[in-house]
Amino acid sequence: MKSLLKNLFALLSLLAAFNVYAAADLEVNTPGVNAVKNSMQARHGQLSAYYDSGAVGLTMDGMIAVRDAGSVPLAARQTVNALVAAENQDRSALYAEIANANGHPEWQAEIRSTFAQRWIQRAQRGWWVLSNNGWSQK
Amino acid sequence: MKKMWMLLPVAAFALSACVTINIYFPAAAAEKAADKIIEEVWQMQQSDKPATVKETK
Repeated sequence: MKSLLKNLFALLSLLAAFNVYAAADLEVNTPGVNAVKNSMQARHGQLSAYYDSGAVGLTMDGMIAVRDAGSVPLAARQTVNALVAAENQDRSALYAEIANANGHPEWQAEIRSTFAQRWIQRAQRGWWVLSNNGWSQK
Repeated sequence: MKKMWMLLPVAAFALSACVTINIYFPAAAAEKAADKIIEEVWQMQQSDKPATVKETK
């Protein structure tokens, strides 16, 4: 009886240790994250032309911004502004969703800055990036 | 044998203490996760780094 208890305790101890260990990866496969991701994916079809033309660029804080509204026909300007606003809303939601999905809402800022770096790193050549020194072309 | 049994909780604690790093932000895991999501959002076919990006203009 006593040895059974010991074994049980041992098992529990080990489980506790491994449980912590298993948390090493970031969880991004939740309904919330996927919903935002799909919405952004759909929007990218419209946004990519504006990244290409330089009308819209990436910012250092993991967002996007209108860079050159003048390059957009007057009729489409409203659309571009709306796209940028919606995209930024989704991006904020994405960073928050990932942080919450992993039980660390306080990670949101770090997730945002990780994404910011990766968005810029993976942007196509010719796209624009807004840093502290202003806009520059990749 | 008795000593070994006493050691177990200590070992378990030590093991979890090693991994307490998880309280801190897992930067590498975050980068990996970010890349995965970016690839999907931007619908990039390539899953490796941008150094090998083909047709850029």
